Amino acid sequence: MNTFDFLLQGLSVALDPMILLYALIGVTLGTAVGVLPGIGPALTVALLLPVTYGLDPAGSLIMFAGIYYGGMYGGSTTSILLNTPGESASIVTALEGNKMARAGRGGPALATAAIGSFIAGLAATVLLAFVAPTVVKLALVFGPRDYFALMVLAFVTVSSAFGESARKGLISLFIGLALALVGIDQLTGQARLSFGVPQLLDGIEVTTLAVAMFAVGEAMFVTGKRDAVDDEVIAVKGSVWMTAKDWARSWKPWLRGTIIGFPIGAMPAGGADIATFLSYAAEKKMSKHPEEFGNGAIEGVAGPEAANNASAAGTLVPLLTLGLPTTATAAIMLAGFQQFGLQPGPLLFATNPQLVWGLIASLLIANFMLLVLNLPLIGLWVKLLTIPRPWLYAGILVFATLGTIGANPSPVELSMLLIFGVMGYAMRLYGYPIAPVVVGLILGPMAEQQLRRALSISQGDLTTLVGSPVSATLLALSALALIVPLILRARGKGAVLNQLASDED
Amino acid sequence: MKHTLFAGLIAAALAVPAYAENYTIIAPAAPGGGWDQTARTMQEALQGEGISDTVQVQNVPGAGGTVGLAQFVASSQGKPDQLIVGGYVMVGAILTNASPVSLADVTPIARLTGEYEAIVVPAASEIQDIGQLIEKLKAEPGAVSWAGGSAGGADHIAVGQIAKAAGVDPTQINYIAYSGGGEALAAILGSQVTAGISSLGEFKAQADAGTLRILAVSSDERIEGVDAPTLKEAGLDVSMQNWRMVAAAPGITDEQKAAISADIEKMVQSKTWQDALATKGWANTYLAGDEFKAQLEKDIATTETVLKDIGLVK
Repeated sequence: MNTFDFLLQGLSVALDPMILLYALIGVTLGTAVGVLPGIGPALTVALLLPVTYGLDPAGSLIMFAGIYYGGMYGGSTTSILLNTPGESASIVTALEGNKMARAGRGGPALATAAIGSFIAGLAATVLLAFVAPTVVKLALVFGPRDYFALMVLAFVTVSSAFGESARKGLISLFIGLALALVGIDQLTGQARLSFGVPQLLDGIEVTTLAVAMFAVGEAMFVTGKRDAVDDEVIAVKGSVWMTAKDWARSWKPWLRGTIIGFPIGAMPAGGADIATFLSYAAEKKMSKHPEEFGNGAIEGVAGPEAANNASAAGTLVPLLTLGLPTTATAAIMLAGFQQFGLQPGPLLFATNPQLVWGLIASLLIANFMLLVLNLPLIGLWVKLLTIPRPWLYAGILVFATLGTIGANPSPVELSMLLIFGVMGYAMRLYGYPIAPVVVGLILGPMAEQQLRRALSISQGDLTTLVGSPVSATLLALSALALIVPLILRARGKGAVLNQLASDED
Repeated sequence: MKHTLFAGLIAAALAVPAYAENYTIIAPAAPGGGWDQTARTMQEALQGEGISDTVQVQNVPGAGGTVGLAQFVASSQGKPDQLIVGGYVMVGAILTNASPVSLADVTPIARLTGEYEAIVVPAASEIQDIGQLIEKLKAEPGAVSWAGGSAGGADHIAVGQIAKAAGVDPTQINYIAYSGGGEALAAILGSQVTAGISSLGEFKAQADAGTLRILAVSSDERIEGVDAPTLKEAGLDVSMQNWRMVAAAPGITDEQKAAISADIEKMVQSKTWQDALATKGWANTYLAGDEFKAQLEKDIATTETVLKDIGLVK
């Protein structure tokens, strides 16, 4: 039988009414936990594991996968409406999405996120079915030096994509990199900058920093200029739905997001957050409306949202083919497989084809369910924005605090939320962009660890960094991205660039 | 009359099966990991077998379990309904993190399960057996890169012990730490490193599929279904087990400790627990009482020596 026959057979498993019910429960729960702060898909699946012990393995696993996909959908809602990203993969969504929402375009932002997630989820699941074995071989080729080169590329493209001023953007990025040093050094097990506080040993939680800087900082900023003219939030301007222009501007980012997200999700050390950064940077570069970025560009929502859903499907590639979980949720799904005596890995496709293909087929169906579930809710969600501002921001603060305490109940975590909130306020006040801080915190440790691993393996030989075709290509691309603007400027074609630069500071 | 009734009720309440506790189990790790799964399997078995009415699992992740341990020691003093799951990794983490609390601050009850370490190479590797790997290690320690779990964890300690047993300076080993056996697996399969070391369970499926070759295991006897010698057979005096245990609160009375030990023993013998071990592929290495205490002390002493040898603990 070929892949197509297997998939058809899988669909016959997935269309069983009981399995459909499990999938429906999964996506509904997933959407709910994605919207609620503090509980993510990982915790939900962990809590459900003992409950599903007596249930049918296929049904339970399909439910888990539904929760995972649903969580990815739901996470974008709070990012867009309340500027409180619940997970690192939806941080980028908040950048443009929240700006859109405040300009009365919350509906189209949510719609492009939902439809983008749907298309990416669908395309990536089909990719999962057809190319999983090939992709996984490619992903294994990536060694530490290649990951390091990928991080360099991410740094170069991303730092130029955020904010108006390169100087301020870099300062923000380095603040993030400095914060990233806090905690146990993974390669030697020694604590750095933790000052004897045990809660700091694991470093600064990305979502705590993101919620503090985005939500708390912003609430303070808004309160701070209370006496200024209150620019009233327009809940809905024009249609709640996407216009023809929105569609025209969204479809390419959806596809590009999928293409970026899937392989990065499939990499053992990739991750949805990196995929969203790269997608955002790519959209900003390619957009015909770069001036809208930072003020609510729909491409900046469509691309990253497609990327994070595609990478969620990508995550299943190493999980199913290698038994290798690359995210917390995938790790718990692995535990779920093991609970039923199934060992994901190279033999799973051979020993349990029905289950694997049933799971893949269910994911396709879950995607349809999510779209049907989410689109009608948009009208309801945007009503949130009609809440008077003082109430809305009070609500956001409560939401942010609950989310942080829910995820990590400790006074230290709460203090960090407040301290970073004040920092976010100060940065906003002086016009420093916030996103690079979060990017630095996420990418910094990855880049550092991969660089040190690469050098450790080569016993200190620096040439190893360009020693593989992948790393050499990626580093060359990074160099181009850095040098080309300089050359343009030097050859006198930099008039526009100079103009831009002088406008910046 | 009312008073007598009330007193009677209290007496009855006190007389109820000595310490049928509603346990709270702290899993000092994020959901999904080994300790979390151990805690949740205990929850299932304790409730399912009617040993305890309600059992709650609380995750307190961080720093190799030392964050959870510190919180447990601070908040559970003398409370007989509080349990914490832990394991060998905690022994190392306490030392490397210079944790203010240690396992001496809790009341260890029993070792529950354990996994043995396996040393593997990718199938395409030129190294065919453990002897060849050791030869390479002796010739140039730095040229053999080992991928395994977190620095100072069980995998790292095992490499240190192997080096020492082979007469190689443990500070010279080239250990590449990953966040877990899974992430290390990708590096091993991709031939990014010379060899890999982690719990056998992390590698078993790949070995069965022929993509990895198991060179040796860290058990005392050969393991059924695994075509590899023990390290001892290979002439290296190393035997270790990455075990998981359950401990009770500090400051509880001997009777309370006895009651908890009895509950745990009942749980270990139950069908629910045995079945769970079988499906998860965990070895039953139950050890309680003074024997466990002696083993624990021995492990702590060995670990401290190895971590000092590697240079992670001063």
